[in-house]
Amino acid sequence: MSNSTSSSAEKRLLTADEIGNKKYDRSYYWREIKRNKSCYFMLAPFLILFTIFTVIPVIMSLPMGFTDFDMVHFPKFVGIENFYTLFIEDDVFMTAVRITLVFAVFTGPISYFLCFFLAWLINELPGFLKTLFTLIFYIPSMSNVYYIWQTIFSGDSYGWLNAVLINFGFITGPKQWLTDSTYILGCVIVVQLWLSLGAGFLSFRAGFQGIDKSMYEAGAVEGIKNRWQELIYITLPSMGPQLMFSAVMTIVSAFTAGTVSQNLVGLPSTDYAAHTLMNHAQDYGWTRYEMGYASAICMVLFVAMLAANYLIRKILNKYID
Amino acid sequence: MTDAKHLDKMKGTSRRAGRKIGGSVCIFIFLTLLGIFMVFPIYFAIINSIKPVQELFLFPPKMYVMNPTFDNFKDLLSVASNLWVPFSRYVFNSLFVTAAISVAHVFVCCMASYVLAKCTFPGAKFFNELIVLSLLYTSNVIYIMQYMVIAELNLINTYWALILPVIPSTMGLFLMRQCMSQIPNAMIEAARVDGASNFRICWGIVMPNSKPALMTMIIFIFQAAWNTTGGSFVFNEAYKPLPTIIQQIGAAGLARAGVAAAGVIVLLIPPVLVFVIAQRHVIETMAHSGIKE
Repeated sequence: MSNSTSSSAEKRLLTADEIGNKKYDRSYYWREIKRNKSCYFMLAPFLILFTIFTVIPVIMSLPMGFTDFDMVHFPKFVGIENFYTLFIEDDVFMTAVRITLVFAVFTGPISYFLCFFLAWLINELPGFLKTLFTLIFYIPSMSNVYYIWQTIFSGDSYGWLNAVLINFGFITGPKQWLTDSTYILGCVIVVQLWLSLGAGFLSFRAGFQGIDKSMYEAGAVEGIKNRWQELIYITLPSMGPQLMFSAVMTIVSAFTAGTVSQNLVGLPSTDYAAHTLMNHAQDYGWTRYEMGYASAICMVLFVAMLAANYLIRKILNKYID
Repeated sequence: MTDAKHLDKMKGTSRRAGRKIGGSVCIFIFLTLLGIFMVFPIYFAIINSIKPVQELFLFPPKMYVMNPTFDNFKDLLSVASNLWVPFSRYVFNSLFVTAAISVAHVFVCCMASYVLAKCTFPGAKFFNELIVLSLLYTSNVIYIMQYMVIAELNLINTYWALILPVIPSTMGLFLMRQCMSQIPNAMIEAARVDGASNFRICWGIVMPNSKPALMTMIIFIFQAAWNTTGGSFVFNEAYKPLPTIIQQIGAAGLARAGVAAAGVIVLLIPPVLVFVIAQRHVIETMAHSGIKE
């Protein structure tokens, strides 16, 4: 029992009687808050801006899922009707859930792995090449030129992909990459992966750069033979925080994907073949002005991301402090 | 052996375990092949911007330019110089907003991330969770709510509306927090024993040792700030940043397809410059960073 106050009470450890006593608890917290007031001062500028421009809007948006809101009239409370419609009546929603899951399962792990692996490979190269390759792999995230992919996937025989495949004899006639529902999802996934070396990738690059070099020297003395052993025994265990950061960013981009599909194959896509939850929310919110319903969709998405985050945290647990 | 020579040797990978030159060459070739795939679309965006109009609509599209020309860039400039609000105003808006956001974001978020990563105080855990939650939260109505808050504060149609909401961007903060948590506690304890305040520890000890993360944070925020269109918070033409006007010029249909491509390239230049400079700094830290437990 007496061990339970081991950590932060510096001045005086509480006795067993005092723990659990509400009055002492409160005064203990109050003392802790006063002792750490410099922390709160340093946090304050961020916290004030964050509260005003993020927390308050988020709290205001939470109840919207339970309302009927068309942006003109004041939101009308309808209880769980939106969710009832979503799960019971809306067939497209179920398609969207399926597409989003397929999308997340495909692009999420692959892009996560790619980010780490490529960042590591780049780290093995000498100085100037590091900058060059980091730039090359990151530049898609900076430029937003995915409309070029429209020309590549263009449906006539002049589209580059069709032209190349016909030239080499893989196909006999042009394929409708962006309008044939068999190929749409594949095309969108490819472009999404092309775009995916973003924040996570750069955080890994920074992480590799920050690792203490003497650990590698020590490793070499201790008998580490090659790059792979070095990666597994030295590099990976000291990358925990970056692994977590990148995981969160990957979850976000995998689950909220929708921009690529919207720009590449239109909204809605043929047969809803690349219709993610985000597209569904976009469709209801900004095409039909049913903001309440669209909010309900976003809430389902948020819950899914929370679950994914929880899962990833369990998996990465051994690397996190 | 002189010190400089010794350092030179340390800089390379020669001291590391089991490096074979063949392996490095394989890595280089693999990355080059993948790199070609990555820059392929960018390459097309670039050559589209230097193609004359008659070549732009050739079928099949050519992978090279027959008569490279800078007409598109000249057109962009000439359209831009006949605007109701002078073009230089847009450039100024963008530069000012980007600089203000970047400086404020780094200052505000570095302090916050130091506290969140390295201090134990009541609420620390809650705030840490809050950051991750805010990253995961997505809503289609959040912009409407933000608009209402900004309108309530009477900030619509001011620079503040462009700057303030972006400063507490949690992505950079979360990255910084994660990287700072790797700094050994012993180092901070030592400074604390010597009587340094939290503020001093943050800027004097933790920040100089977080250079890679800082540079990455700058890349993120510069990119976000530079691409702000401010669409829904600013209606006065005089306060709009550069991307808005370039998009408007480019959106004028087929006749301006080449100009639109030129606009994309022009907008891409500043983030790329910042990226290259920042990455050079990230890599330099390797040579002389030695945090020892």
